[in-house]
Amino acid sequence: MSGAVPLDLAALESATERALRAAETTAELAEAETSALGKRSALAGAHRSLGALDEEDRRRVGRELHELRGRMEALAAELRRGLHERERAAALEADRLDLTEVVLGDLRSPIARGRTHPVTQTRDALEDVFVAMGFKVAEGPEAETDWYNFEALNMPPSHPARGMYDTFFLELGEPETIVLRTHTSPVQIRLMEAAVREGTLPIHAVAPGRCFRRDTADASHLPVFHQVEGLVVDRGITFGDLAGTIEAFTAAYFGPEVHSRLRPSYFPFTEPSAEYDITCTICLGAGCRTCSNTGWLELGGSGMVDPAVFLACGIDPEEWSGFAFGFGIDRCAQMRHQIPDMRALVENDLRFLRQF
Amino acid sequence: MRAPLSWLRDFAPIDGDVDALVASLDDLGLMVEGVERVGEGLGDVVVARVLEVGSIEGADRIRRVLVEAGGDPLEIVCGAFNFGAGDLVPLAPVGTVLPDGTEIGRRKMRGVTSNGMLCSGRELALSDDGEGLLVLTGVAGVEAGAPIVDALGIEPDVVFDITVEGNRPDAWCMAGVARDLAARLGLPFSLPEPKVRSAGPAVASLASAAVEAPDMCPRLTVRVIESVAVGASPALIARRLTMAGMRPINNVVDASNYVMLELGQPTHPYDLDRLGAPGLLVRRARPGEALTTLDGVERTLGYPGRGLGETGEDCIICDAAGVPVGIGGIFGGASSEISESTTRVLLEAAYFDPMVIARTSKSQRLRTEASARFERGCDPLGIDRATDRFCELLAQSSRDAVVAQGTLDVRGELPEPITITLRTEAVNGLLGTGLDTAQIAGLLGPIGFGCEASGDEALAVAVPSNRPDVRPAPHGIADLAEEVARIYGYSRIARSQPTWAEPGGLTERQRMRRRVREALVGLGATEVWTSSLVDEGDDATVGVVARPIGIANPMAQDQGWLRRTQMAGMLRALSRNRDRRQGAVRLFEVGVVFSEPTPGRSSGERSGPGGAQEAFLPTEGELASVLLAAEGDDARVAVAALEAVADELRLSGLKVRPPEGGEALPGLHPTRSARVLSGAVQVGTLGEIDPAVAEAFGLEGRLGWLELDLGLVVEGGVVPRREERTRPISRFPSSDIDLALAVDDAIPADEVGDVLRAAGGDLLESVTLFDVYRGPGVDPGRRSLAFRLRFCAPDRTLTDHEVGALRAVCLEAAERQVGAVLR
Repeated sequence: MSGAVPLDLAALESATERALRAAETTAELAEAETSALGKRSALAGAHRSLGALDEEDRRRVGRELHELRGRMEALAAELRRGLHERERAAALEADRLDLTEVVLGDLRSPIARGRTHPVTQTRDALEDVFVAMGFKVAEGPEAETDWYNFEALNMPPSHPARGMYDTFFLELGEPETIVLRTHTSPVQIRLMEAAVREGTLPIHAVAPGRCFRRDTADASHLPVFHQVEGLVVDRGITFGDLAGTIEAFTAAYFGPEVHSRLRPSYFPFTEPSAEYDITCTICLGAGCRTCSNTGWLELGGSGMVDPAVFLACGIDPEEWSGFAFGFGIDRCAQMRHQIPDMRALVENDLRFLRQF
Repeated sequence: MRAPLSWLRDFAPIDGDVDALVASLDDLGLMVEGVERVGEGLGDVVVARVLEVGSIEGADRIRRVLVEAGGDPLEIVCGAFNFGAGDLVPLAPVGTVLPDGTEIGRRKMRGVTSNGMLCSGRELALSDDGEGLLVLTGVAGVEAGAPIVDALGIEPDVVFDITVEGNRPDAWCMAGVARDLAARLGLPFSLPEPKVRSAGPAVASLASAAVEAPDMCPRLTVRVIESVAVGASPALIARRLTMAGMRPINNVVDASNYVMLELGQPTHPYDLDRLGAPGLLVRRARPGEALTTLDGVERTLGYPGRGLGETGEDCIICDAAGVPVGIGGIFGGASSEISESTTRVLLEAAYFDPMVIARTSKSQRLRTEASARFERGCDPLGIDRATDRFCELLAQSSRDAVVAQGTLDVRGELPEPITITLRTEAVNGLLGTGLDTAQIAGLLGPIGFGCEASGDEALAVAVPSNRPDVRPAPHGIADLAEEVARIYGYSRIARSQPTWAEPGGLTERQRMRRRVREALVGLGATEVWTSSLVDEGDDATVGVVARPIGIANPMAQDQGWLRRTQMAGMLRALSRNRDRRQGAVRLFEVGVVFSEPTPGRSSGERSGPGGAQEAFLPTEGELASVLLAAEGDDARVAVAALEAVADELRLSGLKVRPPEGGEALPGLHPTRSARVLSGAVQVGTLGEIDPAVAEAFGLEGRLGWLELDLGLVVEGGVVPRREERTRPISRFPSSDIDLALAVDDAIPADEVGDVLRAAGGDLLESVTLFDVYRGPGVDPGRRSLAFRLRFCAPDRTLTDHEVGALRAVCLEAAERQVGAVLR
């Protein structure tokens, strides 16, 4: 094998290139590289045969071989990139998933979240508004004594105003002394009694909770329903503060385009008393069927804490003043979500509950 | 109350746009529920005399009526039956357009031509009565052929339907509404000054008056009118009563009603000659005493009710001989009713204790125009004007009537006149206004409060006797402030927002409750709201043995008890959803359940009158209940749900343990249920619903159940919380060791896990149960529990040797402490 056979570099190059280009996958290319550029390749053999050449030829041919190897390696790299890209595209295509065709029912929970009840959502939202305004959230029992539900609220037995509250009485001992609370106002008394007992006046609190009245259920009334009560007892609290607080709450909960107005009314436990209306949430005040063309919807009752209530709780009405307000949580939910019939709230039909 | 504008104008020159008047009334607290325009479009309607009434062949709902209205007789087809030949009725001739827009045409029915329509009060928009024709027979001055507007003195009018608040008896009459409105509009206001010519004998010679119960009836007055001719009221009276919603009856009764509507004072006229003995006696009803009232119903009085304050003390009116003739302030008796033959009228006008009237009205379930006014408090000094007015009106309708001289007036203790010192600063301090003393006097004066300057910046305010809602100071200061605000206008008071230093916030319980809900929603559960009021058997159906607390006056039997558990309600909710093909769901509820007051322990609540007694309120527990009914849900999923809630609330150390002594937990599957314990305290239950219970609600398949007592879980330190301090995460790799341990069935798996955890010490990162096996290779009565123990050190990679040593320690502890055998 003495250098008699001259190296045909051009043939070597084209054979090598052919071998590399024949590869159709990155795996084939890796194999082709091994056989065309590896230790046992013709190219490597050509290198080895350089020793048989004379000094000058060896240097020249060696340089040419080196350049040829460089070209072949660059070619292999380029081919690899192309093949890799093609393979990745094929893999991604194979993994294709049309997201409009997902069958959610095939997926196991808890991928599907549940829902809280619309009344819970409304209560939480109201609580959050009041907490942000500086109110603490208080609670009281659902079964109450006559004292808390009526008498301390300036409604002694036989007071005609008791007629406004159709009351459920419990069969426990004395007749009609334990009732299911007809409103959240008894929490006012509990808050004031506790504050006097513990010396923690002033009070700035709201009290949401479940109430009961012996009313037949209809589209806008439920015998079991939810209210939220507000109570502020402090020094120098005025009727203007009440009106301002209600306006601030109204805007925060219903939105800045909804306003409030107060109208004189009567509740035994507040004086002066006021009913409060908000801008009709349907027509925003323009007048529609929901608001009987008045532009206003009745929301709740309010007023300055009556001196008789303060005295029943042992608070000096000369030193302290305060306001209270209350309204229906269910009614807020009904207004906000435009629920035509309130009874849907207790039917627990998932098709209804899942809309919230 | 229905208030015609024309009537209000008797007292003040009220004018202006109706919408503006409505706005003013609303702003005064006299809420206008509706506005009705009456007497418009009646120009063509005439009075017709019925000549003849005949049937139409083949028709039994309509009749052929021949009427005459100043011209030739007309044939009319009519569907009303409340009249006969000779009666005077309204006729809308062909071409008339009625107030509701109906145009009357000539029509032929069953072969009879109808040349117009005979009208009811409702069709003419004169009253609510649409039952029959508006029969005009006997109405003074009405003649056939006259336009009805002339005959009845009808002018176009507006009737406001006003809701008067319970504390405003003064405003529950025409004069009262007009007084408020005049004050707001700055108009002069005046009450009628009735003129009575008394010519007859002294009233004392004709009747007597006595009060045996002056606490119930602090004032009784009696007047007598002789030579009375009972007949129809004058058109104006009849028309105003009709517009106000009362049906005219006769001139005597109408005069009494008119006075009540006008001045707010109910009175009652008796036929003096039908009283057993001439005169009235007011006393307490004896137990069981009976009386037939004007509506023909026999009523028994004097029995105590079961309600608070229902003492059974009823006030009755008797004749001079003591025979009952009426329920005081509520309803008259039938025996002495005014009739056509009445010639001598005894008029009773009294002041009753409002509480007495409220009590009897409630116990008798009898609410009348009179009782509603008396229970709110009438004006004890307004009686004289009212009886004068009655006499004046009766003298107008019965020209020969003779009013006996004087009034029998029995007085007990009437409410004391009240004067309140009203500091200007107190008013402004309560309202947030900047009114001066003169402005306050200017607001209170026009509605009848006497205002005198009292030193600097204060008024001595005399409360008029028609304002029983205004109390002595200090309460009265708030009452007067309301009057000031009302007349000034609530909307004119500047709004302010109070501020304070204390932050708002939720309690721990409230925050935790929200997190429980969050955790359950994350499990795909939807919150329901089931009723607190249940059927007696509901709790028993789900295995709760104790009887629920009953409601004394339920609305329905199936809502007559307080729930002790949410299980029945939730199973029912599930069942209902499954009926509607919404079956694979998870439901939860957070709410109150009730049980007996804790025996022997007073909750220290104040009770009954005066809050004097102690009371025992029912024990209220707050439960979070979860019903797991999605596909594949079962008791294991309930355990997973407990884990999720405990994790969200950072609860630690909760144990799931089988029921004690194999006793079944209420409503739960006996062999697939457990208690949730924190130490020795049971804080909940979980498992599957007993298939038999499920079946009772029409449900099939496994249903997971989890119930937690929120009070125990989040309060009182019963359940320890995972500490909030964090541990740094190791940067070094961890090593896992799997141990398959055969352990006696009696030993809970988590106990084995605890033993391993304790033995592994700080280097043990986690212990996870990943397989349970029973069968060949494991002794009967045992099962193989496969745990994966993951070890990791904060500062180095553990060597195989170290891990091996830890494994040995853990295994040894398991063998020694729980008798585990390595498989």
